[in-house]
Amino acid sequence: MTVNVDVAIVGAGPVGLFAVFACGQLGMRTAVIDGLADPGGQLTALYPEKPIYDIPGRSKIRADALVDDLLAQAEPYEPNYILGHHAQACSETSDGTFVVTTSGSRKVFARAVLLAAGAGAFGPNRPPLEGIRAFENKSVFYHVGRRDRFAGKRLLIAGGGDSAVDWALSLAEVAQSVTVVHRRDTFRALPAAVAAMQADPRIQVETPYQLVGLDGVDGHLRAVNIGRIGGNAKRIGADALLALFGLSGDLGPLADWGVHIDGKTIPVDAKTCETSRSGIYAIGDVARYPGKLNLILTGFAEAATAANAAFARVFPGKTLHSEYSTTRGVPVSTQNQHFQTA
Amino acid sequence: MQINVTLADGSTRTIAAQEGLSVMEVLRNAGILDGECNGSLACATCHVWVDESWLDKLETPLEGEEDMLDVAFNIAPTSRLCCQIIMGPGNDGIRISMPHPL
Ligand SMILES: Cc1cc2nc3c(=O)[nH]c(=O)nc-3n(C[C@H](O)[C@H](O)[C@H](O)COP(=O)(O)OP(=O)(O)OC[C@H]3O[C@@H](n4cnc5c(N)ncnc54)[C@H](O)[C@@H]3O)c2cc1C
Repeated sequence: MTVNVDVAIVGAGPVGLFAVFACGQLGMRTAVIDGLADPGGQLTALYPEKPIYDIPGRSKIRADALVDDLLAQAEPYEPNYILGHHAQACSETSDGTFVVTTSGSRKVFARAVLLAAGAGAFGPNRPPLEGIRAFENKSVFYHVGRRDRFAGKRLLIAGGGDSAVDWALSLAEVAQSVTVVHRRDTFRALPAAVAAMQADPRIQVETPYQLVGLDGVDGHLRAVNIGRIGGNAKRIGADALLALFGLSGDLGPLADWGVHIDGKTIPVDAKTCETSRSGIYAIGDVARYPGKLNLILTGFAEAATAANAAFARVFPGKTLHSEYSTTRGVPVSTQNQHFQTA
Repeated sequence: MQINVTLADGSTRTIAAQEGLSVMEVLRNAGILDGECNGSLACATCHVWVDESWLDKLETPLEGEEDMLDVAFNIAPTSRLCCQIIMGPGNDGIRISMPHPL
């Protein structure tokens, strides 16, 4: 499936969402790609309930409410949301149109690309165990998906939050055995659920232990080695590992875009937010220039800067008539938001 | 004021630190770690091992720090998130190590 827009925005964090508005004000249509199923970036994934105090003009606003307002502000421009997709590759046609391809094989054609990628595409926080990738989706999982995948299996669950505890209780119903491995005796979960887990004869709780190695062939686990914190390792026979360590950002999908990446940030020209590749801009947390402040408000300003800079590329030869939003107004929305998920 | 760091490859560095900055900020400025969440206890990218002899000079970790250590890897008994360690006269010369891969 293909989507034709003026500007492709990678990342539906606060900065990517505001970029929809900033582009929309200049008459540029947008598509927004995010690996997560829900928009809002860090605000949604990491701290939806925290109040934020440094959004100009908002003395206090909860992170989830700010995301709602940003969506409402973007809505009149009818952005094409492509959620649950990672933006993976970016090629350029002979006439200078970018083609951004997503993990769900969507192709977005655009005259300019805005990278509002934050700390990278959110994905599972993967334990750095040797050879782990060969086991992924065969016997190592980062989310449950189908429960029956663990039926009759010797399952090891690693992690100490709600999800580890809740899934241990739930999967004990179908698995042959469940072992929970966590680095300390305390769990970040409802006390009643923790007590139920500890009392459950089907669940073996191993604390204070952590993962140290995997043993298996062709992606199929035989055993997981766990180490006592500060002590010796032991081997637990296992057919499946469910590793629940939350989310972590990964700029990996942008590695081959021909954009210079410096560690976890993308250097830009502060005057335009343009990256080392012409027509591709970076804004928000991912963008770096001397004196950069990693704040939402900085990202908003960068979105406006990049939209202005991208205008000349999207509409070659057209003069950019400068106007305030009070003069320009906003279009009246005709449709509801177009959310597309994988 | 300074911080003595043993890097993951075993080499050591002494880094000048300013009073009032967190160890994370000093090490981030030195390009040694990412400190992605900027000290808001939302990630574990500033996980370090504190030298045992320095551990009891530090304040005990807050619950939020313990919670984030739950998603760090290669934990040691002396693991800390160094965004929570503020440089002051009490920890001038602190010795820490960067966790090497498992
Ligand atoms: C606990 C906490 C409290 C904070 N408090 C404040 C505060 O009070 N004030 C303030 O100004 N800032 C605060 N921040 C920082 C603020 O959240 C960030 O500056 C802001 O989220 C950056 O927005 P962004 O849109 O640049 O990136 P993000 O919010 O990180 O969003 C980036 C999005 O891009 C997606 N993405 C990246 N690469 C790809 C790809 N290749 N394909 C698909 N999707 C991709 C990611 O999945 C993510 O959803 C706080 C942060 C934390 C963790």
